[in-house]
Amino acid sequence: MIDPGWYMSLAGVLFIIGALGLLLRRNALVMFMCIELMLNAVNLTLISAGRALNDLNGQVAVFFILVVAAAEVVVGLAIIVSIFRLRSTASVDELSELRG
Amino acid sequence: MIEMVWLAIAVPLAGALFLHLFGRYLKEPLSGVVASLAVGASFFIGLTAAIPFFQDGAPGETILLWEWMPAIGANMEILWDPLAAMMTLIVTGVGALIHVFAIGYMHGDERYHRFFAILNLFIASMLTLVLAGNYAMLFLGWELVGLCSYLLIGFWFNRHSAAAAAKKAFIVNRIGDLGLMVGLMLVFTAFGTLSYAGIFDRADAELTTGLATAIALLFFLGAAGKSAQIPLYVWLPDAMEGPTPVSALIHAATMVTAGVYLIARSAAIYELAPAAQVIVATVGAITALWAATIAIGQRDIKKVLAYSTVSQLGYMILAVGTTAYVAGLFHLMTHAFFKALLFLGAGSVIHAMNDEQDMYKMGGLFKKMKITGVTMGIATIAIAGIPPLGGFWSKDVILAAVFERGGYFSFLWVIGLVTALITGFYMTRQFILVFMGKPRWDEGVEPHESPRVMTVPLITLAVLSTVGGLTNTPIRLSLEHFLESSFETIQQAHPPDETWLLVVIALLSVVAGAVGIGAAWVSYRRPREDWERLESGLQPAWGWWEQAYNVDDFYGAAIVAPGKRVAEVAAFDVDIPIIDGAVNGVGRLVRGVGDWIRPLQTGYVRNYGALLLAGTIAVVVWLTVGGA
Repeated sequence: MIDPGWYMSLAGVLFIIGALGLLLRRNALVMFMCIELMLNAVNLTLISAGRALNDLNGQVAVFFILVVAAAEVVVGLAIIVSIFRLRSTASVDELSELRG
Repeated sequence: MIEMVWLAIAVPLAGALFLHLFGRYLKEPLSGVVASLAVGASFFIGLTAAIPFFQDGAPGETILLWEWMPAIGANMEILWDPLAAMMTLIVTGVGALIHVFAIGYMHGDERYHRFFAILNLFIASMLTLVLAGNYAMLFLGWELVGLCSYLLIGFWFNRHSAAAAAKKAFIVNRIGDLGLMVGLMLVFTAFGTLSYAGIFDRADAELTTGLATAIALLFFLGAAGKSAQIPLYVWLPDAMEGPTPVSALIHAATMVTAGVYLIARSAAIYELAPAAQVIVATVGAITALWAATIAIGQRDIKKVLAYSTVSQLGYMILAVGTTAYVAGLFHLMTHAFFKALLFLGAGSVIHAMNDEQDMYKMGGLFKKMKITGVTMGIATIAIAGIPPLGGFWSKDVILAAVFERGGYFSFLWVIGLVTALITGFYMTRQFILVFMGKPRWDEGVEPHESPRVMTVPLITLAVLSTVGGLTNTPIRLSLEHFLESSFETIQQAHPPDETWLLVVIALLSVVAGAVGIGAAWVSYRRPREDWERLESGLQPAWGWWEQAYNVDDFYGAAIVAPGKRVAEVAAFDVDIPIIDGAVNGVGRLVRGVGDWIRPLQTGYVRNYGALLLAGTIAVVVWLTVGGA
C-alpha cells in the first residue's frame, strides 16, 4: 500500500496550485476551475485519510462536497455567463464596483 | 323641566357643530340667525327650568347626566340651583342679544359663519362652567371658555396685533389656571372628591384654616387670571383686538365674571379662610382704583371700556372678598347689562366711523346716531352709579357691605368711593368726546345710525340697564331672596341695618359719581385746545395713565425678557452643543471609523481571496501550533 503521505502531499500541491491560480489569474472562468481544483484537493485528503484509517466517513464527506460543488458550479457559471453578456469580458479586475 | 336643563348646553353646542360643518353653505345672515336662535332657545330652557326658584325658594338639585370619572367625584352632572340659574340667564340672555347685534356687526366678514360657530361654542362652554356640579366639570368649562376667548380675540388673525393679543390672553390665563389646578389638587387631597356636594357640606368640619387659606388663594389666582385682576389683568385691554361683539360678550359680560362666580361658588371654603378674604378684597379694591385711573388717559374708545371692565370686576372681587356674595353677583348682573351695552354702543360707533377707534377723532356724533347716543348715555349714567339706574344699586350695596364690615375694610371702602368718582369722570369724558362737541372726524367719514338689527339689542340692553338694578333694592331684596338657597349656610356680609347710615353711604357714592361726571363735564365741554391743554397740564400723571403705568413694559423686562433669555440659553448653549452634539457626535464617529477601514474593500476579488487564504492559514497555524 502506498503511504498516505504521498496522497496528502499531492493534495497539498494541488491545493497550492489552485490557490495561486485563484489569486493570480483574472479570468473568472479560470478562477472557477482553480476553486474546483482546491475542492478536489480537499476531497483527495478526505478519501486517503478515510482509507488509511479504515473509516467510511471520509467518503461520505466527499460525496457531500461533490454535491455542494455541483450546485455551486451551476450558480457560479450562470453568474459568469450573465456577467459576460453584460460586459463582454470575464476579467474580474473589470468588476470592482464594490470598492469602498 | 329641570331634568331637561342639559339642553341649555346641548343646543348651542349643536349650533356650533352645525355651523362649523355646514355654515359655509348658508347665506350670510342665516348662520347668524341660526346661532342667535340656538342661544335664545337656551335662554328659554333656562328660564323655564328656573321657574321653581322664582315661585318659592326651591333648593338646588343635582342632575346626573352620565358617569365620567366617578372615582374622583367628577361626573357629568349639573347643579341646578339659583346661582347657576342666575348665571345661565345672564349668559344666555345677554349672549342672545349680542348674537343678534353681531348679525349686523359682522356683515361682510368672509368668515362670518365661523364667527358664529365659535360664539355658540363659547355659550355652551360658559354654561358648562356655571352649570357644573363638580370642580372637574367647572374646570372643563373654564378651559373651554379660555379657548373660545383665544379663538375670538385672534379672529382677525391676519392682523399681527390680534394674533399677539390672543396669545397673550391665553398665556396669562395659563398662569391663573395653574393656580386653579393646584387648588383643585389640594381640594382632592383634603376631601377625596371634586363634587360640590361632597365638599361644601364637609368643609366646615374637615378643613383646617391653613389648607382652606391655601385653596382659597390658589383659586383666587385662577380667578385673577380669568377675571383680570392685578397682577394678571394685562391681557384684557389687549383682548380688545377681537371683534366688538366678542369684547361685549366674553370680555365684559360673561367670561371675565367666571372668577367672581368661582369664588361665590366656593364660598364655603372662603368662609374658613379670613386671611384669604382680606387678600381677595384688597386686590379687588386696588384693581378697581388702578384700572379706573388708567381708563382716564385712554384715547381708544374700546380701551376705556376695557379698563373700565377691569375696574368694575375689581368691585365684584372686592364684594366677594368681603363675603358680600349676593352684592358681588348683583353687580355682576347689572354690569353685564350696562357694559355689554357700552361695548355694543362702541361697536355701533366704530361701525359708523369706518373702523375708527380714536375718540379724539370723533365728537358730535349724537346728531347722527340718536339711538346709539341715548342708549350709551343711559349706560354711562348707569355705570357712574346715578339712581335709579342699575349701577347705583349694585355698586352701592357693595360699598355699604364693605363699610359695614368695618376695621381694615373701611379703608377699602374709601378706595371704592374714590373709584366711583373716577368712574363717573372717565365715562363722562368718553361720552362727551364721542357724542358731543364739534366733529373731529377724518376726511371722508360719513357717520350713520346702525341698522335695526344692531339698535334693537342696544335698546333692550338700555332697558335692562335701567330696570336691572330694581331687582335688588334695599326696599325689596328680590335677588337676595332668589339666591337664598345657594348661600343659606354661608355667613354673608350685609349692608348696615340702620336706614340713615344706608342713606348716607348711598348719598356719598352718588355724590362721588356726580362729582366725577361734573368734573368731566366742566373739563371736556370746551374747545379741543382747552382740554388738550388740561391733559398736558396733568403731566406726568397723564402720561402714566395713557401708558397704563407701563405695566406691559415692566412685565416685558421683568418676566418675558428673562424667560426669553432662559430659552435662548437652553436652545443655543445647551440644546445645540450638548444634546445635538451628542447625537451628531455618534454619527461622526461611525463615519470616521468607516472612512478609516474603507480601503479594505478594494473591489478586487483576488484581494479578498488573499485575505481569505491568509485567514485560513492563520487558523491552521493556530490549530497546529497553538494545539487546542
